[in-house]
Amino acid sequence: MESQRLRRIRGAFGIFSAAFCAAGVAVILLLILGYVIREGIGAISLDFITQLPHPVGVPGGGVGNGIVGSAIIVGIAALMAIPVGTLTGLYLTYFGRGLPASAVRFLSDVLSGIPSIAIGLFAYTMLVAPLRHFSAFSASFAFAILMLPVIITTTESAIKGVSRELYEAALALGVSRHHAIMDVILPSARSGIITGVVLAIARVTGETAPLLFTAFGSQFWELNPNNPMAELSLQVFTYAISPYRSWHQQAWAGALILIFIVFAMNLGARVLLKPRLR
Amino acid sequence: MSRSSFSHNSRKVIGLIGVVLLATAASVAFASTQLTGAGSTFDYPFFSKAFYEYSQLHSDVTVNYQSIGSGGGIQQFIAQTVDFGASDVPMDADELKLAKEPVLQVPVTLGGEAIGYNLPGVAKGLRMTRQLIADIFLGKVTKWNAPELVKLNPGVKLPDLPITVVHRSDGSGTTYIFTDFLSHVSLEWKRKVGTGKSVQWPVGLGGKGNEGVAGQVRQSAGAIGYIELAYVLENEMTYALVHNRDGKYLYPSIETVAAAAATKPEVSSTDFSIVDAKGGDSYPISGYSWIMIYRKPSDPVRAQLTRATLEWLVTKGQAVAKTVDYVPLPANVQRNALRIIAEIQG
Amino acid sequence: MAETEQRNPTGDFGFAPTSAVNADDTILNPRNEPRARPVRAILPRAPRGTGFDLCVYGATGAFVAVVVALFLELLWSSRLSIATFGFSFLWTSEWNPVTNQFGALPFIYGTIVSSGIAILLAGLVGVLAGAFLAEFCPIHFSGPLSFMIELLAAVPSVVYGLWGLFILAPLMHDYIEPFLQRYFGFLPIFSGTIYGVGMLTAGVILAIMIVPTVTAISRDVMAAIPQTQREAIWALGATRWQSFRMVVLPGARAGVFGACILALGRALGETIATTMVIGNRPAIEASLFAPGYSISSVIANEFTEATTQVYLSALIELGLLLFIISVTVNAVARVLLWTIFRPLEG
Repeated sequence: MESQRLRRIRGAFGIFSAAFCAAGVAVILLLILGYVIREGIGAISLDFITQLPHPVGVPGGGVGNGIVGSAIIVGIAALMAIPVGTLTGLYLTYFGRGLPASAVRFLSDVLSGIPSIAIGLFAYTMLVAPLRHFSAFSASFAFAILMLPVIITTTESAIKGVSRELYEAALALGVSRHHAIMDVILPSARSGIITGVVLAIARVTGETAPLLFTAFGSQFWELNPNNPMAELSLQVFTYAISPYRSWHQQAWAGALILIFIVFAMNLGARVLLKPRLR
Repeated sequence: MSRSSFSHNSRKVIGLIGVVLLATAASVAFASTQLTGAGSTFDYPFFSKAFYEYSQLHSDVTVNYQSIGSGGGIQQFIAQTVDFGASDVPMDADELKLAKEPVLQVPVTLGGEAIGYNLPGVAKGLRMTRQLIADIFLGKVTKWNAPELVKLNPGVKLPDLPITVVHRSDGSGTTYIFTDFLSHVSLEWKRKVGTGKSVQWPVGLGGKGNEGVAGQVRQSAGAIGYIELAYVLENEMTYALVHNRDGKYLYPSIETVAAAAATKPEVSSTDFSIVDAKGGDSYPISGYSWIMIYRKPSDPVRAQLTRATLEWLVTKGQAVAKTVDYVPLPANVQRNALRIIAEIQG
Repeated sequence: MAETEQRNPTGDFGFAPTSAVNADDTILNPRNEPRARPVRAILPRAPRGTGFDLCVYGATGAFVAVVVALFLELLWSSRLSIATFGFSFLWTSEWNPVTNQFGALPFIYGTIVSSGIAILLAGLVGVLAGAFLAEFCPIHFSGPLSFMIELLAAVPSVVYGLWGLFILAPLMHDYIEPFLQRYFGFLPIFSGTIYGVGMLTAGVILAIMIVPTVTAISRDVMAAIPQTQREAIWALGATRWQSFRMVVLPGARAGVFGACILALGRALGETIATTMVIGNRPAIEASLFAPGYSISSVIANEFTEATTQVYLSALIELGLLLFIISVTVNAVARVLLWTIFRPLEG
């Protein structure tokens, strides 16, 4: 048995390195955020958020259509991915056994490694080429596929984190499996599932590559998911690699808005969906 | 929630959905026709301004152009998911075969490429011959104070730094024009590497987009790269004086690129190279950018609108080019372009 | 009763036997002998095949169908390249779009090395950071700190790419890489010319991008370990660090592992951020300071410009290769989990 002192020193060292890591990550975020803010804050204004893009040389303009487009595309993607993802996570924990469950988990991990551009290509082949036009819906499809592995894995973890005894207690009381899961397990796993959903949404909101072949982009207002649509991260990308200083600043401003949207969603999800204390 | 507030809320929601649906329907019903085009990133700044102005003048048409790359533009054009494609390199025989229907290709704007560099203490205007540029990109000249460079620039203090070559990592028309130039001026380049939108570079790092190359050059002392004219002008970079065929050292500029273009009025989609052009004022690294359209598009109304838009683009629209550092078409090429556009049936 | 108390294995099978129920739903009688009648026969249940069950199986089926369709589509689109190059695609280093000769080796190398560096760095830092947030952090800080770390996941890839190019690469060039070379330069991985961009920089930027995933999920998994377990070992005189190492970490191992796999997947598939800092040079070199190229980067760079069928097909075959790499990495990880981690847990 090692001495008390040695254990305390080891412990302190361990905790310190953990704290250092956490702080380090936070500091990096501040550095990146600071850079984006410094570069982009000059272009942020109400006009910027509400107007259509102007071509270079015409002052003003904004990313209003990109914000709306992103909301629509990511929204539809979430509507597709959340049910499929959480239900599959549920399958992995309470419905599946042995080989089929392992296979599904395996497929989920493999999917997370596919480059987003390949998934965009897949969406193009399935939904754009046969229909002969680009659409926001095909982009949502690609995004939903990107979101699935994250949601599945985190849902599985979250549900596993809920004690098995709760489930059995519910069953023992005569509750059907359906209700035991929906009313007992899922509410307790809520926080973890939300983490997964928010991570997934954050991930796709910043994606650009799949959009090139699916949503295509647009300089105009568009609400119809069957048409090409603007998307904020695509606008950011296009502006960022252009030659013009004014566009660079708009790119950073757009990036700032993107980060802010995810920030707001994260905050909102945590606050609104906090389990209410009885 | 009490029963009454629930139905009150649900009524509000239904009302809101109704408004959104109506707005969508209205926007669809009263929409102007939206033409779609895709392709060259080089064209994007010029097109975005030109089409914007066009829409101000003609409220019945909006043009949605997205810069997904010249190759992407051709792919989408062949797949008929867009009304027109734009590419820095016209479609070749194989691509035209894939298109299944007759295609018209129209030159719409010009661009030049600067040789940008980053040498502490050395200002704009380093002199380089065409052969020297080829040797640098071949990896044969590896230091800035090599005798070839010193001889050309007697008054300049060249540091003892290795030359870091930066090229485009993404396939691009800019690379095509540059490698076309190198193939013209160096037999060794032509044999070893060749011309293309992507090539197997003998040396150097790849940067993504003009931004990637320029960024890399700006950050690494001793770096050299090829960058579009609009870019170096907008970002006040240092770039070289290039020796042209007639023996003059020239900067790339709207005038020198236009001079190069003027030496070949009969430019066509099968004979489009204007690199290393003769003429005292011709800048050797220049090239056209093209729009492709079907001779007989499937929708006659869209065909009409496309024709009108393109006609404007190559005539009045050229005035827009200068305002964004793009080179307007010379008059003879303009006439040529109009002739081709007139062939659109619809 | 000792016989019925079994640890919950946190393994692949969803259902763990505890208390009075067997793994296959049979009940144990008070003397712990299995009785043949399944639980289902005793308790009243909703009729089988309820909508709910259907939804679960349906969703899973849809998911599997999508992944399989994706694989088949990749396979189908790369058939030309497979037919042309066969297996030599995997060990050829030539990538020449002009002569249409393609080989994948430098990209495979680049992908594996850059992602490997990323997961090593992010795994270590992320798990420790997650542990801090779950175990040791004062309550007031843990919320905001978690939040900030999750926010990193929201930064768009292109921002990482540009930040990497303009801030990280110079940092690596001026401070970190020279430092490594000074003290560890005898190792081949830290030798060679320093550019700033390169494999190591790409690994670092990928690590930064994936660390929020590892941290957030690790934190959640660790927080889910019942407090009673910690209290039990505290009661025996353990320090907080010991309770973490002996109780929390083993229990969270599988979840943390899953987080790392997810993060690794993201690193393997990341395109834009990587391409801006990896140097984009298809070459295999021992030094981590040298430029490299990853599969996703080359696809992103060249896909929209590729025009010949073979070129396009070769790029898609690279995507297929990435799929296979992902499968291999995951298979190896699963095997590790089974052979190394499983026996260590009760």
